Amino acid sequence: MGGNGKMTEKKGWKDLMRGADLPPASSLEYKTGSWRTLRPVWDPDKCTHCMFCVAYCPDMAIPIIKSEKGVKGFNGRIYKGTVRLESDFDFCKGCGICAVECPTHAIEMIREEETTSSE
Amino acid sequence: MSTWKPLSGTQAVAEAMRQINPDVVAAYPITPQTPIVEFFAQYVANGVVDTETIPVESEHSAMSATVGAAAAGARAMCATASQGLALMWEVVAAVPGLRLPIVMPIVNRALSAPINIHCDHSDSMGATTIGWIQIFSENGQEAYENMLLAIRLAEHPDILLPVMVMQDGFITGHSVENVEIFDDAKVRAFVGTRKPDRYLLDVEHPYTIGPLALPDYYFEIKRQQEEAMRHVKKVYMETGKELSKITGKEYPYFESYKLDDADAAIVILSSAAGTAKDTVDKMRADGKKVGLLKPKLFRPFPYKEMRKALKDVPVVGVLDRSMAFGAYAPVYAEIKNALFELDKRPKLQSYVFGLGGKDIFKSDIEKVFNELLSGEVNSEEERYIGLRG
Repeated sequence: MGGNGKMTEKKGWKDLMRGADLPPASSLEYKTGSWRTLRPVWDPDKCTHCMFCVAYCPDMAIPIIKSEKGVKGFNGRIYKGTVRLESDFDFCKGCGICAVECPTHAIEMIREEETTSSE
Repeated sequence: MSTWKPLSGTQAVAEAMRQINPDVVAAYPITPQTPIVEFFAQYVANGVVDTETIPVESEHSAMSATVGAAAAGARAMCATASQGLALMWEVVAAVPGLRLPIVMPIVNRALSAPINIHCDHSDSMGATTIGWIQIFSENGQEAYENMLLAIRLAEHPDILLPVMVMQDGFITGHSVENVEIFDDAKVRAFVGTRKPDRYLLDVEHPYTIGPLALPDYYFEIKRQQEEAMRHVKKVYMETGKELSKITGKEYPYFESYKLDDADAAIVILSSAAGTAKDTVDKMRADGKKVGLLKPKLFRPFPYKEMRKALKDVPVVGVLDRSMAFGAYAPVYAEIKNALFELDKRPKLQSYVFGLGGKDIFKSDIEKVFNELLSGEVNSEEERYIGLRG
């Protein structure tokens, strides 16, 4: 609350915006990734870029791009057009929906503490 | 130039709304408030005002739509009574916390059960603790002028709180009297247009309204709300002086009627104060020194000023048109509160009258005055006027 929207700085009643109004909120500034206990591990070699995970992700945490050149995926094929990238771990809550929906089992959920990647 | 028009109290309020020309009105019909919206809808249909009316399916929706419009930046109004106020309660309670300057006329009616359509103050007295400014009106003329005052009060940058403007159901609401409607141009200059410092439709300057506030912030927000309430009395006086220039009348927190040398006085709200003033005149003519105090601004309650006005009256009777079951009646409790600071307090007596529209007559009020003058009062006892034993 107050000037910078950070809930951690507790201001007195005289310094708060009137009526619990707040500076504009944006989910971009709210890193839900910190909630994560499970992490999706995506294997690009098994991915068909079908976009199921992208569509199901409740946090739009799977970025996509257009690739004319294409990327290598399932069965060694080159997938052109809209392709997914690695999950955005600032926002991925680790809900595991992507792993459940993935038709080629290209996503596996592992415990966060078992991860070796440094993001 | 002002014009005199034969208007009911509800019509008088609709006239005020015509001059205020709100951007949005969302209301649902509830006896005896219905004529306000009916008359106002005619102004909308005839193109007399620029208002967008929102037909809604309930009072809860009416106040919700009003809140949405006010948050968007509109001058938004609603109107209700009794069961309607009860149904919209959830949203009504949210308005002061959201700091939205909504003005809502209330045409006082008894609360069910038993179901009843006539006047008492149990509807608005239930809403005294949630942060709405409350102004009571004796007649259509006062209701009209209080509406004009209310819109300025609500929208004042130091306040930004909602206002309820009360009038008595049927007694005032449906009775036609001569009402002086002041010059459109002058009134419109007085009420102006709403100039919000921020509003949701200002997409260049986005902000968040109505967030969750848990134990770490809720208390602080509510303390802000109290601070706004503390500014009301000063702004009420200043704005009243400005309105006086148009109307030639004064806008005190309460009306004192023949109180200065009174041996006994009564405190009474709204239309019954008119009846009581007639009684005061009659008894004065008979040589009995009696007086009256009629509260107008009820929230915030002007404790200090009331104390000053009543301190030299030996005995005061407070007549409430509602009960606070298991507690002192609402107006009585405030008067008792106001007088606590005095070293030598007037003797006090609480009376309840007129529930569910039961008539009160001059003879009833004369009996009250005679009882007060006799000194046979008990400040801890609630007495009833016009109740069959």
